[in-house]
Amino acid sequence: MVENRPWLNLISHVVLLLGVAVVVFPLWVTVVSSTHRGIDLMSAPIPMWFGDQFLANYTRMLTAGMDSVAGQPLGLMLFNSLVMALTIALGKIAISLTAAFAICYFRFPLRMTCFWIIFITLMLPVEVRILPTYEVVANVLTPLRKLLGLFGYEADEVVLLGMTIDLNLSMLDSYTGLTLPLIASATATFLFRQFFLTVPDELTEAARIDGAGPMKFFRDILLPLSRTNIAALFVILFIYGWNQYLWPLLITTKPEYVTIVMGIQRMVNVADTEPQWHLVMTATVLAMLPPVIIVVAMQRLFVKGLVETEK
Amino acid sequence: MAELQISGVEKVYPNGFKAIHGVDLEVADGEFIVLVGPSGCGKSTLLRMIAGLETVSAGTIRIGDRVVNELEPADRDIAMVFQNYALYPHMSVYQNMAYGLRNRGFPKAAIEERVQKAAGILQLGGLLDRRPRQLSGGQRQRVAMGRAIVREPSAFLFDEPLSNLDAKLRVQMRVEIKQLQRRLGTTSVYVTHDQIEAMTMADRLVVMNAGVAEQIGSPIDLYDRPSTVFVGGFIGSPAMNFLPGRVEPDGRHLELAGGLRLALPAEGRHADPGRLVTVGVRPEHLVPTGDTASPLRIEVKLVEHLGADTIVYGTCSAIDAAEGSGLMTLRLNGHHLPAMGEMIGLGADPADLHLFDAATGKRI
Repeated sequence: MVENRPWLNLISHVVLLLGVAVVVFPLWVTVVSSTHRGIDLMSAPIPMWFGDQFLANYTRMLTAGMDSVAGQPLGLMLFNSLVMALTIALGKIAISLTAAFAICYFRFPLRMTCFWIIFITLMLPVEVRILPTYEVVANVLTPLRKLLGLFGYEADEVVLLGMTIDLNLSMLDSYTGLTLPLIASATATFLFRQFFLTVPDELTEAARIDGAGPMKFFRDILLPLSRTNIAALFVILFIYGWNQYLWPLLITTKPEYVTIVMGIQRMVNVADTEPQWHLVMTATVLAMLPPVIIVVAMQRLFVKGLVETEK
Repeated sequence: MAELQISGVEKVYPNGFKAIHGVDLEVADGEFIVLVGPSGCGKSTLLRMIAGLETVSAGTIRIGDRVVNELEPADRDIAMVFQNYALYPHMSVYQNMAYGLRNRGFPKAAIEERVQKAAGILQLGGLLDRRPRQLSGGQRQRVAMGRAIVREPSAFLFDEPLSNLDAKLRVQMRVEIKQLQRRLGTTSVYVTHDQIEAMTMADRLVVMNAGVAEQIGSPIDLYDRPSTVFVGGFIGSPAMNFLPGRVEPDGRHLELAGGLRLALPAEGRHADPGRLVTVGVRPEHLVPTGDTASPLRIEVKLVEHLGADTIVYGTCSAIDAAEGSGLMTLRLNGHHLPAMGEMIGLGADPADLHLFDAATGKRI
């Protein structure tokens, strides 16, 4: 639209600037607060410009940490979050790529049933199924025990062929427990399925004539074609994994598995004393960095993957 | 290089639809066969069965001395060119052509040599590093051809390869494909719905209709002696005119609707008296007689000036009265300029008439 209405221009700019301000203001306060001493943030008005404690605060958080989280430096928490986010993102992509490939390119019995079962789980995010999922993760062999229970066998171990098998297999307090239950992804499977459906059949046929078997076709043709989709999904899923809060809170108790998001929560939830806001803000800024870096680095691929199909 | 033998091939889809009703065809080594027919006639299905992209319900397909019914497409020693080219969008022109060879484990040097050779033949030399999306339609078509050539297969299969090109480029690529095929001497099967493409390229034509090969023969055979009404109407442009008629009691003359009498063409003289026939006559074989009172006359409704020719469409009162059928077409020299509404009396040489049985549509 080409229009020349000065007032309209002005008003739309004001609205846009207001929108930007609403989004940016809390971020600004966070970043600024992380450069002050704690005492400065306790009294109104809170500072709106950078202080001189930048180095002190960040060094402290990265090396010593805070007493309320057992004096742990942030390094480990950041590492835990990174492991969790990366495993979830890559795991989800790997699982859903192969699932979508199977659903789109192979004819097997109950193919559509499988698809719909996967699709229906879209309606069940972690928060809804959190208790049963916890139950399973707490002891992966629970279903087996229930089954044995039906036959009147209730014990913590079973002796089979002279071997004693422990009927407790817990994933609590482990990276596996943090990531595995979150990896299955209906959304990503559906997305890849929709993308595969747009790949022309002739391409598949040309590859067949060129002597590419199914796995070769997947590797040489489908994967490169899905590149932008994979990138876009990676960004979304990385942030999803990074921001997980409820699940890690529920299944980890040991300090060595604390993620950064949980860590911040613990820093704020202190008894009998004021939270040390300057350090909390420092941790927050550090926690925001990796997702920001990922988004900035993959921005172009991300947008491409969402708006354009490369054909 | 090899001959291709199709015998009694049928295709029945799982839903019970029968797409191919038993086709027999023998393609000689190095021959260029064109499958032509209207959409839905089964020509593409037949081609895809040869390629191995569709299963064969009955009959056998042989390439060279092997029955290939159960073989994977890659093992049939064929190469296919698709209508939308089906180039791999993320690979360069070079990689597109090399992919099939790489999958077959050719050494790098051999791949390089073959691709360079094909690129030379197809004038793709400067484009080897480009992606398909950076190429024009004609260039993409050439890359698709190149991908077929490098494999040096027993047979080329073309599935309407020129449909996505504009008219001018189509004519040019038509000539190029034909020349290339001559030069390589590779057995080829080419599917098209465009009868001009079919006539100009084919050594032999297969006209398909509703899953049946109606007639197989050289283009000129099919033009001169169509074996059914369908072939007569499909081959030749503008299409053949059909008039209902009846063999007179003397067995030597024909009475057309509207009362026009014509001597029977030589081949039809044994026709049974009283038999109902369909008479086919091509637009280029109708000649104006100057007798505007002739029972076979048309009223001009539409004139197309093509320069070299003038195509005249008109209604024929005699036929309208008898059958209610549509326009008759007449092809005149380019300098005839009939006016709208003008009456033109027509005649035809009996030798140019095609007689078909009115009930079965078969040539008499």
